[in-house]
Amino acid sequence: MTPILDVRGLVAGYEPGLNIVRGASIHANEAEIVVVLGPNGAGKSSLIKAIAGLVPVSAGQVLLDGQDITATPAHLMVRKGLAFVPQTENIFPLLTVEENLRVAGGVLARSEVSPRIGEMFSMFPDLARQRRLAAGSLSGGQRQMLAVARALIVRPRVLMLDEPSAGLSPKFVEMVFAQLSQIRRAGLTIVLVEQNAKAALAIGDRAYVLVEGREAHEGVARSLWDDPVVAELYLGHRRAS
Amino acid sequence: MNLQFIADGLISGSLIGLGAIGVTLTYSILRFSNFAHGDLMAWGAYAALTVLGAISALLGTVAPIGMLSFGWPLVVAALVAMALVGGMALLLDWVLFARLRAKGQSIIVVMASFGASMALRSLLEFSFTSKPEYFSRAIQMALPVGFGIRVTPDQVAMLLVTLVLVTSMHLFMSRSQTGREMRAYSQNPALARVVGIDVARIVRATWLIGGALACAAGIMVGVLVQIRPLMGLDMLLPMFAAAILGGIGSIPGAVLAGLIIGLSEAAAVQLIGAEWRAGAAFVILMAVLLIRPAGLFGVSER
Repeated sequence: MTPILDVRGLVAGYEPGLNIVRGASIHANEAEIVVVLGPNGAGKSSLIKAIAGLVPVSAGQVLLDGQDITATPAHLMVRKGLAFVPQTENIFPLLTVEENLRVAGGVLARSEVSPRIGEMFSMFPDLARQRRLAAGSLSGGQRQMLAVARALIVRPRVLMLDEPSAGLSPKFVEMVFAQLSQIRRAGLTIVLVEQNAKAALAIGDRAYVLVEGREAHEGVARSLWDDPVVAELYLGHRRAS
Repeated sequence: MNLQFIADGLISGSLIGLGAIGVTLTYSILRFSNFAHGDLMAWGAYAALTVLGAISALLGTVAPIGMLSFGWPLVVAALVAMALVGGMALLLDWVLFARLRAKGQSIIVVMASFGASMALRSLLEFSFTSKPEYFSRAIQMALPVGFGIRVTPDQVAMLLVTLVLVTSMHLFMSRSQTGREMRAYSQNPALARVVGIDVARIVRATWLIGGALACAAGIMVGVLVQIRPLMGLDMLLPMFAAAILGGIGSIPGAVLAGLIIGLSEAAAVQLIGAEWRAGAAFVILMAVLLIRPAGLFGVSER
């Protein structure tokens, strides 16, 4: 099976000569949740940002559905079918909930925007109730929902999320992850960078462990959770926990 | 007490507010204080004067509209001048500011705007001399409107034009996709790129709108007072004070603050003395920076 997203030997960093991503290769198949784990400073966020066109790439390739999208300007990535939800500041706080969705819908045909917002509101009824409120007044979990809805509105082929559970209470983490599982069931490919290994591996299909800017392990998500070496070294927990 | 200062203050305040819209947009979207903004106003007034001269040369004298001091040629000249100054602002960005912005240090861009301001002003003095010019030398009678206040038909017309421009601008920013994108970009440029907003288009829209509105304000000052190469420089402090008092990035804030500053200036002239006029804007600016740096409608930096 040809992967939807195929990242080959990616080298990237904010400054020339200071690469944070050092030859990472990962791939994601259709309707699959791929989890990227690793200790702090392993380059997880930089990898996902480099794929999204936000960190300069100096070598390697990013293929989306067979098309080379390496170093495509960030604002064209959504048009190619790659949506990204950053870890923090992932909504426009002074725009209303609906305006956040409208801004993102700008890449769709004009006639499609309103129906698509309606679809997002039926998928996230909490947001529908607060559509006229400033997005900055939403709770942490609702903000994350809005960020996901904002990414989904353009019907991406691949959705990439950078630590969606960061700063959320366990209840909201569960809610966000349940939503991601549901989105995957609808056929979307998801790449998830997470510190919260347990929750991420529970919904993931495959997982990579990133160490020093490249993948050190790859495997079925649940088996990775049970792997004592991986658990000890990279996931920050002991098997007994 | 003579209440004339209220009318005078509201009229000059609305012009300050109109100019401050461009200042606040440039600051919130392009992240620098454009000190050449006032000179775009002056260029606007002279551009309209030149176009008006061309129309008059072609068609001869045209009767004024109703009780106003000007006829339809000035309306046409204003529209042409707004397009020209919008284009000039784009050109200035392409030649100067965009290149410096790419270096990533906003102080360099701010200093460049000082330089651009001086160059633009000197070019006007060189081309048109420092002698004041007028769109019309017709004398207008101020009409009483009650409470001892008198206003000229031109003043009423300019107030209405400002109202139309500000309302259109507010609707544009809140209802149009480009307006929403401009607001989104000013809040978070990195996220704006992630959601597919074309930054180059937002920058172009900002210059076009800022330039056109500065031009409109310049023409109105020209109609109500006179046209001089230094007219924009004189408006610069009140416009920055209005942009900061209103809260950087807020268009309603800039307009309301413009009115407050216009009224304060007019009150200072009447109550303290004409030499304190510019001081009013300065005192307000300092007070806001000390007490509420985010301004009336602003939000603190995240």
